[in-house]
Amino acid sequence: MYRQGMQQVVMTLALFCAVVVAEPVVAATRLYDQLGGEVGVVAIVDQFLFKLADDKRINHFFVDTNVKRFREKLIEQFCALSGGPCTYTGDSMQQSHAGMDINLAAFNALVEDLIEAMEQCKVATGAQNRLLALLAPMHQDIIEKP
Amino acid sequence: MNRQKIAHVLVGLWLVLLAPGAAAWNAAALVPNNSRILATGGATQIEGQAGGGIVPWAVLAGYGSSGEVGGSGFYTHVELKDYSLEAFGAAVSFDNRMELSLARQEFDLGTLGRALGVPDKELRQNIFGLKLRLYGDLIYGVLPQFAFGVQYKHNLDFGIPAAVGARHDSDADFYLSAAKLWLAGPLGRNVFANITLRHTRANQGGLLGFGGDRGDSREVMFESALGFFITRHIAVGAEYRQQPHKLGFSPQSDWFDAFVGLFPGKHVALVAAYADLGTVATLPEQRGWYLSLQVAF
Repeated sequence: MYRQGMQQVVMTLALFCAVVVAEPVVAATRLYDQLGGEVGVVAIVDQFLFKLADDKRINHFFVDTNVKRFREKLIEQFCALSGGPCTYTGDSMQQSHAGMDINLAAFNALVEDLIEAMEQCKVATGAQNRLLALLAPMHQDIIEKP
Repeated sequence: MNRQKIAHVLVGLWLVLLAPGAAAWNAAALVPNNSRILATGGATQIEGQAGGGIVPWAVLAGYGSSGEVGGSGFYTHVELKDYSLEAFGAAVSFDNRMELSLARQEFDLGTLGRALGVPDKELRQNIFGLKLRLYGDLIYGVLPQFAFGVQYKHNLDFGIPAAVGARHDSDADFYLSAAKLWLAGPLGRNVFANITLRHTRANQGGLLGFGGDRGDSREVMFESALGFFITRHIAVGAEYRQQPHKLGFSPQSDWFDAFVGLFPGKHVALVAAYADLGTVATLPEQRGWYLSLQVAF
């Protein structure tokens, strides 16, 4: 019975591969280009800021934020992370979130706002996930309580 | 009598946990803010807990993150060659830490019922579920999210299970589970995996009672799930669930399913699957379709 189960698992994996191959293959370009270069990153950050401002779960964290600077540093950060021609000149994630008492729920809400911003900017699923994968490790410097 | 005591303690524990859960909901002001990311509460598996179709996963029901409450309700229909199964229930989770669930399964005996000419046309059971997230997070961090779970099951129709050799009409399954989502796996797609080790002596998930002529001790059974998110709204995957073999009257096959999960938004999810339960109560090749609707918050 176990062997039969394994056979079926293998068959299903083969089916996955068929599905995967049928998906449009993304050219091996920089993530920065997949995000739409400078114009794309700026559009994503702007949408993201609109989402954050509207998000009642977390917008209280940003009442004292200098939005102009925050926007600049976010654009820099996304650009640099995705392999674009920028250098991040802002504070470390630890410094910029110190004392804000951010929990996992707030972090999750922010990630969701970013995903929705990228959806709105028509960023391809693979590129969305790649940017999220680069940002996700920052959780350990941002979340203060579990 | 000893096992009956354990049963009472387990149901008692479940009921006792409801009170602090509800109290925490109020006192700690757990809010239904839906902060967890889409699909991270999984679907609802046939025993009423957050999971896939046949396997409970290490994730908790609904979309409550830390400091939040979440929950889900589900209805599932499985149509096999000779049988059908209906399951429905609800789950609630507190602080993304503890999940409590209640489910009812109704298994229509179909062909076998008519062949045996038995009075019971169906086998029903109630399932009280408890799941605790022990450590970690599904998405963030290197290690997976770990959970410990209990499913206390109680048969409402024990005539047939007793006739084919089952020893008990109620029992608890215990399991440890680990789940991980990898962002941007192959082709930039998110990949999900779950492993569950279940300590059980349930026959056909408990619908044919617990323990039997071939043994009465629990065994550790291996269960797994693998999923691939084509987009954040569509997942495809497969699950495998090993089964103990305690009843001599019929072989007991391992279970298998291949699924497509649709998550249009956080309040509703739909899972369609192909299920292969192998030989069930002497009737071979029990394959068919599986459809599950979940509402969640």
